[in-house]
Amino acid sequence: MATTTLAPRAGTWRQSWVIDWLTTVDHKKIGILYIVNSFLFFFAAGVLALVIRSELMVPGLQFVDEATYNQAFTMHGTIMIFLFVVPVLSGFANYVVPLQLGAPDMAFPRINALSFWLLPLGGILIFSGYLFGGAAAEGWTMYAPLSNARYAEGPGTDLWLIGLTLVGTASILGAVNIIATVFKMRAPGMTLFRMPIFVWTVLATATLILLATPVLTAGLIALFIDRNYGGAFFEPSAGGNPILWQHIFWFFGHPEVYIVILPAMGVVSEILPVFSRKPLFGYRAFVFATIGIMLLSFSVWAHHMFTTGQVFLLFFAFMTALIGVPTGVKMFNWMATLWRGSLEFTTPMLFALGFITMFLIGGISGVMLASPPVDFHLQDTYFVVAHLHYVFFGGSVFGVFAATYFWFPKMTGRRLNERLGKVHFWIHFIGFNLAFFPMHPLGISGMPRRVADYSPDAGFTLWNIVSTVGAFMIAISVLPFLVNLVATLINGERVGDDPWEANTLEWATTSPPPPYNFDRLPPIRSERPVFDLRHKHDAEHMAAERRAPEEGTA
Amino acid sequence: MTVDAPTSMSADIGASHAEIGHREAGMPTPLVGMLLFIASEVMFFGGLFAAYFNARAAFPGEWGPPPPAHALEMLPIALPLTLVLVASSFTMQFGVWAIRRGDQRALRNWTAVTLLLGVMFLAGQLYDYSILGFGIGDGVFGTVFYTLTGFHGAHVFGGAVGLTILLARSVQGQFSARNHVAVEAVSMYWHFVDVVWIALFTTLYILG
Repeated sequence: MATTTLAPRAGTWRQSWVIDWLTTVDHKKIGILYIVNSFLFFFAAGVLALVIRSELMVPGLQFVDEATYNQAFTMHGTIMIFLFVVPVLSGFANYVVPLQLGAPDMAFPRINALSFWLLPLGGILIFSGYLFGGAAAEGWTMYAPLSNARYAEGPGTDLWLIGLTLVGTASILGAVNIIATVFKMRAPGMTLFRMPIFVWTVLATATLILLATPVLTAGLIALFIDRNYGGAFFEPSAGGNPILWQHIFWFFGHPEVYIVILPAMGVVSEILPVFSRKPLFGYRAFVFATIGIMLLSFSVWAHHMFTTGQVFLLFFAFMTALIGVPTGVKMFNWMATLWRGSLEFTTPMLFALGFITMFLIGGISGVMLASPPVDFHLQDTYFVVAHLHYVFFGGSVFGVFAATYFWFPKMTGRRLNERLGKVHFWIHFIGFNLAFFPMHPLGISGMPRRVADYSPDAGFTLWNIVSTVGAFMIAISVLPFLVNLVATLINGERVGDDPWEANTLEWATTSPPPPYNFDRLPPIRSERPVFDLRHKHDAEHMAAERRAPEEGTA
Repeated sequence: MTVDAPTSMSADIGASHAEIGHREAGMPTPLVGMLLFIASEVMFFGGLFAAYFNARAAFPGEWGPPPPAHALEMLPIALPLTLVLVASSFTMQFGVWAIRRGDQRALRNWTAVTLLLGVMFLAGQLYDYSILGFGIGDGVFGTVFYTLTGFHGAHVFGGAVGLTILLARSVQGQFSARNHVAVEAVSMYWHFVDVVWIALFTTLYILG
């Protein structure tokens, strides 16, 4: 397929491919940079997870001391959330959204490059604490007064604050770009209610990032001032209030949960219709549920603070239970899409189904924690760790792998090996449940999070051994994935433009797409323009039958 | 089924290349971007204002600068500076209206005046800092006072950088009645910075 020749110097000035990737403003290359960068941080934070699980396998301190352990769980949480799950989904959004809208690029291509390049910079700053006497060690929530200059000495915490400010700025700029792209760059015919569900979820996510992340930035700066310039925001002895940090952090932190889950829900909602050979059940209900979650997510933050005794329990418990309603609507959307579909259990489909089941468990434990009496018992125990991993890992990360297997043929023209993909899925799925399900009973029986050791008499040992075995299974499951990536890139099956017989516009161009994406676009008459195009003759045929049934054209 | 499935899509694809691209209708894309960015800035200052009111509500004793320093007063500095910044919003808008008519010369002059007023505000604020008699480390009032006014000042500085670029470009005659989206974008940002100051002035000097 002919590529466009809009680049003014194309063919006259050959650059090395390194310079090309370092200076690119093409949303597809930036998307791939996001994804590769995020996976590197995923592996780094995964190693930290193995450090944590190794230490916890049996009572006593075997591998690391308490200070190293504190740094390990702080860095693990920070890196996984801020430098893996959020940016990897931004990477897929970057790659896929302009294609799905029929646009040549994002609205602001150069700002797009800036918002990517701030990420590795911020990530390196956060990690560089290890070079200066120890990384931040107060947990990814960085609660005051633990994080003040007296209790958290050394530059690790300051580097964490600066790095996270850069990462936050990157995601704000990315959100501006996504929203402007959705509202200004849609192809003719692509009305809002013909946009793919993935675009809707990314739009809601970008709105949350735009409005929640700046509040965190304000908090990070306030903490930095407290630590370095004698400020007193969170300093009770000088009139400040440590609980204020929790309010600021969770005012951002709860929308952040939906920032992480909504795009994964969008991925699943793209994949299920393709491999059920049915349209998504209840498109509009799904869109309104997404908007509902987006709005409600700003009114539930204090359910993280029930035990502070400073929040109105009834209000926040009620709102939190309420946000389960639109989430439940989506569950029914997905189940009704699967119902009587012609199911194909490809690797992306397996990961999508894994998402639904694991996210369901995480959602149910979330509703349990929304009840203040239950929360009083379970606050800061492993039950909370189990819950958040079922949502972040069982939810979002399964969505990330589903997206990787689903869009890899679009990005490279080659399909990942299905057999290795299924091996990856099953080891991953079983390992995940072994690692995190035991944390529910551990939490209920009182094992506290963020502590390096436990008593051999506490009865925690068996479940901790199971959990550690599961964690290493997850680590092993990455091997078939990496082998698959390398083998496919070298010698994978070339599968053409639309290997899955999918529905949305990214499949109407070549794999990989040319610069500026499309030479021509199919007419956009529904949320499934490529499906319409594929079945154009069927549709004409049926219309003809309806017009003249007595002639018997069939 | 008697109908063969189409084997190639490209033959059926309708819209031509020329139809793919920016939508011309509605607000220009850079202004959409600026409005979204300002929305995020509103939330940023929202966080800082929340910290201010949280500290004020919980403060034992009288709210204000710590004892050796005297209470905040509108005169002789804060109120005149407010008038300077509010006036600069008007001069900015006169510049926008001028270039919408295509008057490059008036745009240049109004931009220069706006920049001058912005710099006056910043200089006045720095002078005010030097005579207030308390610092950022003097209790929670000092912290919230300097953080809020300081970040506002940093935004004024950012706006002044934008105005300097506008001035340089307008001296070169780069703007016209049709093509002046940068002027509109900087003016939006400048008005926003002005509105933040009005909120801040009201909070610090009128509510007390």
